[in-house]
Amino acid sequence: MDRRTVLRLMGSAAAAGLAPAAHAAPLTKPIPSSGEQVPVVGLGTWITFNVGNDPRGRQESTEVMRAFFAAGGRMVDSSPMYGSSQAVIGEGLQKLGRPQQLLSADKVWTSSDGAAQAEASRRLWGVPRFDLLQVHNLLAWEKQLPLLLAMKKEGKLRYVGITTSEGRRHKDFEQLMRQHPLDTVQLTYNPLDREAEQRLLPLARERGMAVIVNRPFREGDLLRALRNNPLPGWAADIGCKTWAQAVLKYIASHPAVTCSIPATTSVEHVRENMAAASGAMPDEALRRRIAADVARFA
Amino acid sequence: MTEWWTYRPSDFLMFSARNWARLLEGAHRDLWPLQVLLVAVALVLLAAAWRRPAESGRWCLAVLALAWVGVAWSFHWTRFAAINTAAPWFAAVWIAQAALLLAWAWRATTPRSADKRARSAGLGIGLLALAGYPLLAPLTGRPWSQAELVGLTPDATALFTIGLLVALPLRHRTWLLVLPAAWLVLGWTTAWLLYG
Repeated sequence: MDRRTVLRLMGSAAAAGLAPAAHAAPLTKPIPSSGEQVPVVGLGTWITFNVGNDPRGRQESTEVMRAFFAAGGRMVDSSPMYGSSQAVIGEGLQKLGRPQQLLSADKVWTSSDGAAQAEASRRLWGVPRFDLLQVHNLLAWEKQLPLLLAMKKEGKLRYVGITTSEGRRHKDFEQLMRQHPLDTVQLTYNPLDREAEQRLLPLARERGMAVIVNRPFREGDLLRALRNNPLPGWAADIGCKTWAQAVLKYIASHPAVTCSIPATTSVEHVRENMAAASGAMPDEALRRRIAADVARFA
Repeated sequence: MTEWWTYRPSDFLMFSARNWARLLEGAHRDLWPLQVLLVAVALVLLAAAWRRPAESGRWCLAVLALAWVGVAWSFHWTRFAAINTAAPWFAAVWIAQAALLLAWAWRATTPRSADKRARSAGLGIGLLALAGYPLLAPLTGRPWSQAELVGLTPDATALFTIGLLVALPLRHRTWLLVLPAAWLVLGWTTAWLLYG
């Protein structure tokens, strides 16, 4: 990413008109099919929001969402596969007065009745409709993808996507990207997991699809591997105080990536993550250096 | 599921150590002082298996069946299912094991001759499950409120069951050992992923 692109991103963030934030408004990128601007850092909920009936866990999840929205965040991503996460999101959104800036992203994860599952998920979230529904890990995509595309046509959702993780089924994924009018694709990408750079990320740009990045920290394993190593000097040049921010900036600065969705149970971490969505971003030379340093230390 | 060989055990772990800890704490809090009774009953079972193994086999199996039903209901179905989509299936498997234990209690076939070494080994395993398992929490830096207990939580109950089944002079007991052993593989893998 060159300096001009960075400046354009910063400008689009200013024009995004998000709710007042505690920090500078996050950088945004457009969903190519609509032009809608999305902050480059979202919020994932795998494991972290699956707190069951624990009232403390539910309140903590609400506070994470409160901090996320206060920092200008928009995209919250979940799945029926994530246990109680959807219900916990729904409770949190209700407590927070249903923030208007929410961009709700969920998935269909079933071989049977996808419409019924999507409706059950919608009720758990308590939203009038989902912004984005994705076929989770390509499960029964032959059945669910036409369903989601039909729902979009009927105005029951705004965007349709597919997901994969940890490099699985990339060939099938690529084929679906070529054959179907998808708005988004979700995949794993970080300084260590870079297979998507070869084909999927260029294809997403070519086909005008937004890219949502899951597992930016390898469920925390990446940050645990890096934590005993001091941040290299380049971190200060792009305003990074932590390895997490360096990883998120690395991901966000790929031209094809729209946003990443790190998951956390910590308000401090969500603020730290959102802070990575502002300020200077690494150029291509620095991105190569970040990848090399992370590979060396992790 | 496609490309199943690419999945690791950690890919199936959908809850955190913190949520598991809170689940254990909730179980202890909600069921107190049942824990006292559970320990007492477990001690009586071990004593009976030690002193009168042939005569006590039937009701030992019946009490074990009750414990498996209790864990199926109060742990898997009522609590664990809130954070693990597989927990209702676990509850079903635990009910199946309870049915097996009851069936063996009901059959009341002639016990096989007592094997003192098996009895000692089985009682040792049972004692380990009863006294050693709860100690794992403080020994690993966790509070007593997260202790795993026979009759209350699955791993300790499965290990205690194996001990008692080995101690008792039962015919064809291998069939009764399959599900508890399988559960321990699952439970210990989960513990390793959470705390390892």
